[in-house]
Amino acid sequence: MITELGHLALIIAFAVAIVQMVVPMIGAYKGWSDWMAVAVPAANVQFVLTGFAFAVLMYAFVVSDFSVQLVAFNSHSDKPMLYKVTGTWGNHEGSLLLWVLILTLFGVMVAWWGGDLPGRLKARVLAVQASIAAAFFAFMLFTSNPFVRIPNPPLNGNDLNPLLQDPGLAFHPPFLYLGYVGLSMAFSFAIAALIEGRVDAAWARWVRPWTLAAWMFLTIGIALGSWWAYYELGWGGWWFWDPVENASFMPWLISAALLHSAIVVEKRETLKSWTVLLAIMAFSFSLIGTFIVRSGVLTSVHAFATDPTRGVWILAILVFFVGGALLLYALRAGAMEAKGVFSVVSRETGLIFNNLLLSVSAFVVLAGTMWPLIAELLWDTKLSVGAPFFNVAFTPFMIVLAMILPVASALPWKRGRLQATARPMWGGLALSVALGALVWALGTGGRIWGPLGVVLAAWVVLGALTDLGLRVKAFKAPASETWRRLVNLPRADFGKAIAHSGFGLTIFGIAMITAFETENIRVVNAGDSWEMSGYTFTFNGAERFRGPNYVGERGDVTVSAGGRFISQLTPEKRVYNVQRMPTTEAAIDMGLTRDLYVVLGDPQTGGGWAMRTYIKPYANWIWIGCIVMALGGIMSLTDRRYRVGASARRQVPAGVPAE
Amino acid sequence: MIRLLVIFVFLAGAAFAVEPDEMLSDPVLEARAQDIGKEVRCLVCRNESVEDSNADLARDLRLVIRERLLAGDSDGDVLEYLVERFGEYVLLRPKFGGSTLWLWLAGPILLLMGAAISVGFVLKGRHDVAALTDDEEARLRGLLDDTE
Repeated sequence: MITELGHLALIIAFAVAIVQMVVPMIGAYKGWSDWMAVAVPAANVQFVLTGFAFAVLMYAFVVSDFSVQLVAFNSHSDKPMLYKVTGTWGNHEGSLLLWVLILTLFGVMVAWWGGDLPGRLKARVLAVQASIAAAFFAFMLFTSNPFVRIPNPPLNGNDLNPLLQDPGLAFHPPFLYLGYVGLSMAFSFAIAALIEGRVDAAWARWVRPWTLAAWMFLTIGIALGSWWAYYELGWGGWWFWDPVENASFMPWLISAALLHSAIVVEKRETLKSWTVLLAIMAFSFSLIGTFIVRSGVLTSVHAFATDPTRGVWILAILVFFVGGALLLYALRAGAMEAKGVFSVVSRETGLIFNNLLLSVSAFVVLAGTMWPLIAELLWDTKLSVGAPFFNVAFTPFMIVLAMILPVASALPWKRGRLQATARPMWGGLALSVALGALVWALGTGGRIWGPLGVVLAAWVVLGALTDLGLRVKAFKAPASETWRRLVNLPRADFGKAIAHSGFGLTIFGIAMITAFETENIRVVNAGDSWEMSGYTFTFNGAERFRGPNYVGERGDVTVSAGGRFISQLTPEKRVYNVQRMPTTEAAIDMGLTRDLYVVLGDPQTGGGWAMRTYIKPYANWIWIGCIVMALGGIMSLTDRRYRVGASARRQVPAGVPAE
Repeated sequence: MIRLLVIFVFLAGAAFAVEPDEMLSDPVLEARAQDIGKEVRCLVCRNESVEDSNADLARDLRLVIRERLLAGDSDGDVLEYLVERFGEYVLLRPKFGGSTLWLWLAGPILLLMGAAISVGFVLKGRHDVAALTDDEEARLRGLLDDTE
């Protein structure tokens, strides 16, 4: 019965979304405020109904109601409770419901906190947001209904894919969806602005925090996915350039470009039409990602069970929203003229090149991801485009970006002098090169990318710190003056320095693991020892054991260095009872300077076990960098102008931010 | 998104990529073999190199690579040998040439076009620097400060 109520809630939410899509839009056009006012209660109702439907589905998973088809196909009564809960979104239908729930959540946040938005803009934004929701409600109800019952329920279910039975499932998809779907806000604001024919600093001040939040969630979501792959897949790969990874990476790149260009609109009233285009593209890439994951046109290691009807639906949604938005853009973008002007050497120019590099690199990823499809359609050739291509074609963009970042981001607005900005940076550059040389001298294996990556990483971090130091006159003014400046510095400036440093830290981690990772593959018997980079690994044997819903073998490895105990590692191999799927659980001793990564392989015919040992230097800095980037975003979001700016605007007579 | 989902479905047997018994005793040749293996697609898998894959076919290809290297082939010869038998599909890094030229050049061409447009925009902005009077500038700043 409760399941049917959930189903009903979805249907009503769909109807409400249609009302919210049509009525406020007409109201805004005609200037009828009562029609515009429909948007707020509608957004609330939509959110509550979708939340209810989601809770109902989760309840069905928790109580293992196998009369619901989705639960029967994707759950099992023996599954630990955590995975019963997270299993709600470990499948196509459930994850789509989570997607839509987050979409309605963003809509309702505009309704709650958008009191200071001009009435028409708010009505239009909510109408556009509802149109996206309506399309996805329809998609869900007509092709992917999570509430379908089966007439003869099985005694037990098919269980969740064992690889997903991991705490990672609790966080990775929700964060990623918050990011993907968060970009719908920028999209709705862009469409509303195009309809109004007006983009100004106030608009940018609304769009930027939403984009920043979405970008932060994407950063965390992608980092979690990468880390999950690192420890779960069993060989410590952290990025595969798989189509589905690319699907999340492209919106990340574009939203990074967008949150930078929105600064230019906000502060300098230029780059308006480009920013609107980026806002459209960012969400378009989210939709493309959804298409890639759920349609099955591209082969990927991820991907849900595929169904051609779903692919066609998503393609139709994609074409409608992207095509419609671009058409509207072509018609209306001319109305947005630039106000602010700037000279060649200025932060505006720096941000333009930031945008150029980020967006072209996103298109390179898109080209590489879609190329197998394009080659098959146009030339009937079957091609592969994998990691080696992306490493060559994509990396240079990030290298150039990191090279120009410290100076470009320190340039003053409007008009600057390159020399004046670059001079204080020389110290940082020299130190970076020295650090690189040190790494080169100490490094074994001698791959040149390691030291070069360290130079680049140190340059980015030191550049960000130098910029911050100059802002507060560190060592130039008395300490009290520096302190006063530090306290008064806008949070956004701290956010900038933190986020840029995070980017540098991630480069550092990537460079070190790529250049200096060592591996050792061998057959071991109980009692055997082997040495790697000063660590001694001793295999004490392996034993069978039984988990809640799997059986496995657990190896026991003692790690020591110079006779001193370091860690006890227990790598596992598991076979899950229901799906009979084998998985490897690597054992990792994590550290800031290295991860010791041990994987138990198969028992060998001649006795003993296959064993893989890796030493992954500075691996965790890849994800620490991502977290630092996200922290920079949070810091920037707490900036005074977002907290105070909106309410202060109310005192200004209407229509002041004039075009 | 839901990463990892299908990966093992295709992979017969458990185990991990390179097995101890496959490895060459010469560490230089083995390192070359692993580098080549990262460039070669496991044909029955989804987007994995033979170096990373657990499939039986990937194992066979790894052994072929090592055989060819022992026979004295250069890295290029080994890849050529595999392409002759399995087609270009086997290469994870498409060749630089033919229709794939467009893929390789897409980035550089877009970058040049984008750079040209950006430079044009920046230079145009420069001519206009005088166009904004101090009054206008002050008013603009005033408006922005009001909302601060």
